[in-house]
Amino acid sequence: MSILADKNTRLLVQGMGRMGQFHAGLSVEYGTQVVGGVHPGRGGSAIDGIPIFDTVAGAVAETGADASVIFVPPPGAADAILEAADAGLSLAVCITEGIPALDMLRAKAALADTGMRLVGPNCPGVVTPEQCRIGIMPAQITRPGPVGVVSRSGTLTYEAVDQLSRLGIGQSTCLGIGGDPVIGTNFIDALELFEADPDTKAVVMIGEIGGSAEEEAAEFVKAKMSKPVAAFIAGQNAPPGKRMGHAGAIIAGGKGRASDKIAALEAAGVAVASSPAEIGSTLVEAAPELGA
Amino acid sequence: MNVHEYQAKELLRRYGVAVPEGQLATTPAEAEAAARALGSDVVVVKAQVHAGGRGKGGGIKLAKSAAEAKQAASEILGMTLVTHQTGPEGKLVRSVYVEAGSAIARELYLAVVLDRATEKLAVIASTEGGMEIEEVAAKTPEKILTESVDPNHGLQSFQARKLGFGLGLDAEQVKRFDAFLAGLYRLFVEKDCSLAEINPLVVSEDGEILALDCKLNFDDSALYRNADVREFYDPEEEDARESAAKELDLAYVGLNGSIGCMVNGAGLAMATLDMITVCGGSPANFLDCGGGVDKDKVTAAFKLILQDENVKAILVNIFGGIVRCDLIAEGVVAGAEEVGLAVPLVVRLQGTNAEEGRKILAESDLSIVAAETLREAGEKAVSAVGSAS
Repeated sequence: MSILADKNTRLLVQGMGRMGQFHAGLSVEYGTQVVGGVHPGRGGSAIDGIPIFDTVAGAVAETGADASVIFVPPPGAADAILEAADAGLSLAVCITEGIPALDMLRAKAALADTGMRLVGPNCPGVVTPEQCRIGIMPAQITRPGPVGVVSRSGTLTYEAVDQLSRLGIGQSTCLGIGGDPVIGTNFIDALELFEADPDTKAVVMIGEIGGSAEEEAAEFVKAKMSKPVAAFIAGQNAPPGKRMGHAGAIIAGGKGRASDKIAALEAAGVAVASSPAEIGSTLVEAAPELGA
Repeated sequence: MNVHEYQAKELLRRYGVAVPEGQLATTPAEAEAAARALGSDVVVVKAQVHAGGRGKGGGIKLAKSAAEAKQAASEILGMTLVTHQTGPEGKLVRSVYVEAGSAIARELYLAVVLDRATEKLAVIASTEGGMEIEEVAAKTPEKILTESVDPNHGLQSFQARKLGFGLGLDAEQVKRFDAFLAGLYRLFVEKDCSLAEINPLVVSEDGEILALDCKLNFDDSALYRNADVREFYDPEEEDARESAAKELDLAYVGLNGSIGCMVNGAGLAMATLDMITVCGGSPANFLDCGGGVDKDKVTAAFKLILQDENVKAILVNIFGGIVRCDLIAEGVVAGAEEVGLAVPLVVRLQGTNAEEGRKILAESDLSIVAAETLREAGEKAVSAVGSAS
């Protein structure tokens, strides 16, 4: 078991440009069922053996796809998300960075009336080790096991996964939820899924400065989680008022500080790593039975 | 992206939002001419910098004649204005906005923001104009009125009425407030603002509703479709290193420490600053060089980092996921050679082909300190600074 994606996931790739093609190839290599690509105007052709369709609806009718990964550039990305929902997919993972915030705000509000889950945008994607790779993560650093990993960041997710794998601790599913202010799946959604997944025994959660998603997640952990959670918050030394790379990573009006997030998590019983080098070891402290 | 007050008011005018008459001046003579042209008994001469708190810092002066306006402008132009938002180094004032004075009956607060918690837009109003809204929220939260707006339905007239009557405006004023807010909301969504703040919003003695000051922030990700906003970009207001980085497509934030950083990915870059601090050092910058790291990008990043003379060592921390570490190593060696790197360089390569990458670093003529784990990278960078100074 796992969350969101497994060996049965039938994946479409929306936006078969250079990046879409490259990562579609890596996902196929990893064993993911990539059943089609969507690129308006190139329907009927094939790229690297992947059949291409003009519309998502057409691709779904033909292939029975249930999930999609979106590489469409920012001006068309929100439209691509809504097209995926319209076609009846159950999951869309949007990798695109730099989507205007208002486009996402409108798309997110519209998704509430559909049955589709969105992960991202501006995220590295979802990997269920040895089963399915959606997005751009280096799946070779993952290994199957009992720890769910959820993070707002890309490369810091890899750092955490790498620390776990080096300790001999595998992952159920690794999920990057994205660094933008408006995202589809948030920490609480991911924690809820991990809590319900029988094969996930503990969770690593990687937050960063900006917004209040970590504080809300802390309340959820306290009220609803039975599984141990370890966390790290990036940006403890970030200056206020500056955007730290991610559009959502900014301390504004005294809100979004790392210290407040850490305090909220610790109060909820989450083991918080004091340095980014100790994410793996903090998980072992929180869930000693998982230590190798 | 931020803009100046005079630019924000220009946009407000285009959307039919009432603002006082005003003109921009870059010399005292221009300010004098502007005051004369406005023909108002009182004018206000306001420093144009991207920072709040200008009045307290001496950047806003009242003038009762054109001659006084000239005098005020000569005092403000060329001054280094220090406010709570500029940092101790302050900001050089290059222009002033000369504005007709208003007879003020009441000072209110009005803002449109993107509310991350509700994932909707929010209109915030308060009777406590002229104060920082964070302060009002902390001390007298009951004085803050909020209307949540569904982005797909837009602001409704009844919401403007709720706010207007809530602020204690009379029926006639509420009609003007409705029109004012409708224009502001339209500007917000059409120009992709992330914040539109009118503080203070004034009710004049004859019942007009006017924006006395205005702060607009724009979503950088939407500038591609807002050419008129892009034209307002003022590189003079940005940190020189940050605007140079922007042109190179690098995310850079200058800090005050001694260890220059170059990292792929924003989260790992923030974590690298944290690691350096945990190890007892202090970072000189945040730098996310993004996914594709090649020789040109590394060279550009090195040059940018080295413009900061506080830098005593550089830490390169790359987690090569898709990017191959051997290619990054070649880029680091070539980049370091091209800029003639004189400070110690600590490089941590992890992920795909990390072994091959470390071999390339070891075989180069450069004295590169290799690190394997994040902790080791932090410790080695901190001790490199110790030995260099």
